[in-house]
Amino acid sequence: MNSTVTSGVSAIDLSEEFDQPSGPLAKIQNILHSYPYLSPLIVLLAAMAVFTVLNSRFILPANLSLMTQQTVIVGTLAIAQTLVILTAGIDLSIGAIMVVAQMMMANFAASASASNVQFALGWPWWLAVAAGVLMAVVAGAINGFLITRLKLPPFIVTLGTLGIFTALSLILFKARTIQGPELPDGMKVMGKAAKLGSFNLMLGVGVMLFLYGLFSYILRNTAWGTHVYAVGDDPEAAELSGINVDRVLFSVYCVAGLIIGIAGWITIGRVGSASPNVAPNINLESITAVVIGGTSLFGGRGTMIGTLLGALIVVVFDFGLSLAGIDQGPRLLTIGLLVIAAVSLDQWIRKAKG
Amino acid sequence: MTDSNTKSATAIDVEPIIKGRNLVKTFGHVVGLNHADLDLFPGEVLAVIGDNGAGKSTLIKCFSGAHTPDSGTVEVEGHSVHFRSTNDARSAGIETVFQTLAVSPALDIATNLFLGRELRKPGPLGQIFRMMDKKQMRAQAAQQLSDLGISTMQDITQAVETLSGGQRQAVAVARAAAFGSKVIILDEPTAALGVRESARVLQLIHDLRERGMPVILISHNMPQVFEIADRIHVQRLGRRVAVITPQSHNANDAVAIMTGAMQVPEDEQTPGPVR
Repeated sequence: MNSTVTSGVSAIDLSEEFDQPSGPLAKIQNILHSYPYLSPLIVLLAAMAVFTVLNSRFILPANLSLMTQQTVIVGTLAIAQTLVILTAGIDLSIGAIMVVAQMMMANFAASASASNVQFALGWPWWLAVAAGVLMAVVAGAINGFLITRLKLPPFIVTLGTLGIFTALSLILFKARTIQGPELPDGMKVMGKAAKLGSFNLMLGVGVMLFLYGLFSYILRNTAWGTHVYAVGDDPEAAELSGINVDRVLFSVYCVAGLIIGIAGWITIGRVGSASPNVAPNINLESITAVVIGGTSLFGGRGTMIGTLLGALIVVVFDFGLSLAGIDQGPRLLTIGLLVIAAVSLDQWIRKAKG
Repeated sequence: MTDSNTKSATAIDVEPIIKGRNLVKTFGHVVGLNHADLDLFPGEVLAVIGDNGAGKSTLIKCFSGAHTPDSGTVEVEGHSVHFRSTNDARSAGIETVFQTLAVSPALDIATNLFLGRELRKPGPLGQIFRMMDKKQMRAQAAQQLSDLGISTMQDITQAVETLSGGQRQAVAVARAAAFGSKVIILDEPTAALGVRESARVLQLIHDLRERGMPVILISHNMPQVFEIADRIHVQRLGRRVAVITPQSHNANDAVAIMTGAMQVPEDEQTPGPVR
């Protein structure tokens, strides 16, 4: 590809167009635009500092490890939610898929003698876990199929499947909580913790952090990750650039299903039992984490690390405020304000020139 | 090409690189193409002109893979092809700069240039971990832009949304020029540009022709068309009504043909190559 055009005369000097107001505010705007996880990081560190001042017990390793454990369910699910939201979609069925997956795991693994379990198949724990994860992938594929083939908006599809998968849990597994003693140890292994001094590092937390690292890598360094951003940013441009938009979307919902399945396994470990009512507000909580983490609901913009920070922020605020003796009402109010602030910030950052 | 008046002789001598015949494309009740033909010969710049709704964009989209014609045939170098996506056309060596540019605003310049055909690192990093070779892509992108004389863009890792309209256009053109091996199609490449930037794109088309690259150019700008085109395909009501040259007709004639005020007899047309 040797071109003959390199003469400086005919070259357009485009640099002059970059003259733009560069006051301190514009600079901040540009920095936040380039590093979208910076604002949640600042919020998290500031909140931790304030809560430590309010109550010095906040920063104790035992409390910090408790906060990581409280983050693990919503944090893992938020990885799936981030992928979906990056494509300018939304997944309202995340919680329902997780419940049906973990109920399947617990039912299939429960010892055959257990009396109140619907399908006490007594499968080895790993086989039951694999079945549950597969169930979640299939559920994600159903979402992906409806969105790409029937061309329905993700909001409507997942609103529908939220009901369908919840019903599936109730119909198949009779909404019965399966207690810990009825489950094999391998199924609860995600709740095991390694003691690092007085900090308990739960295996599930380790898996969650690994998944964050993995998907950070995938989004930043693989063609598939680039295509996820491109599809969320401008699907028509992506299609004309030769990206199979439907295939990317379908794969995103399948991968989200995989992550949700793993989250179901982690949840059994964290809670110590399998219950259909384990996390009733988890859909909205996962969206909250993603949004506070700086990912745009309009798609194409956001990072995994931001979502992890967003999930931590929610837990830190909840924990810190209750440690400071503040009631649930004001705590919810604070989280609500955080969401509004995060989206306003996103809108402002999007106006940045670069 | 000794006798350019004998159209049949030249047409037989030189096989068109792109040939469309009897192309029909409808959108519901709207007829986009009504048995349209198109011939592009090696090394030429073919301008496609026509009034709004004449089916110019629809026509070229049949060659760039964005549309699949309802009926009719498309041949590339004499071989019948059936493009079902832009990727099919791209792998056949046909690159298109769409009117909408088809760039992804949030992604950077280098990523946009390689969008849909990212380079992977050699060895296990690329094969097992699927790692993209960002360094290589950035280097090649920078080289490509500088080859096209657009090197003054600040930073190859800059998001496209931070660029002006002209710069975005440059990115889209650079992408086509970098990968187009047989044909480059430009749909209204200067519509959004200022005078200087338009001149630059025209220069670019000149350079492409010097390199022997056949170009299809859709444009509304008559002076531009008459300056740069070897032949001019006039599209009207979804079909080709005439093929003229800047030598055989002037801009007023072209407008008259476009609007149906003038018919061009067969023997005054130029269906074969002139170069």
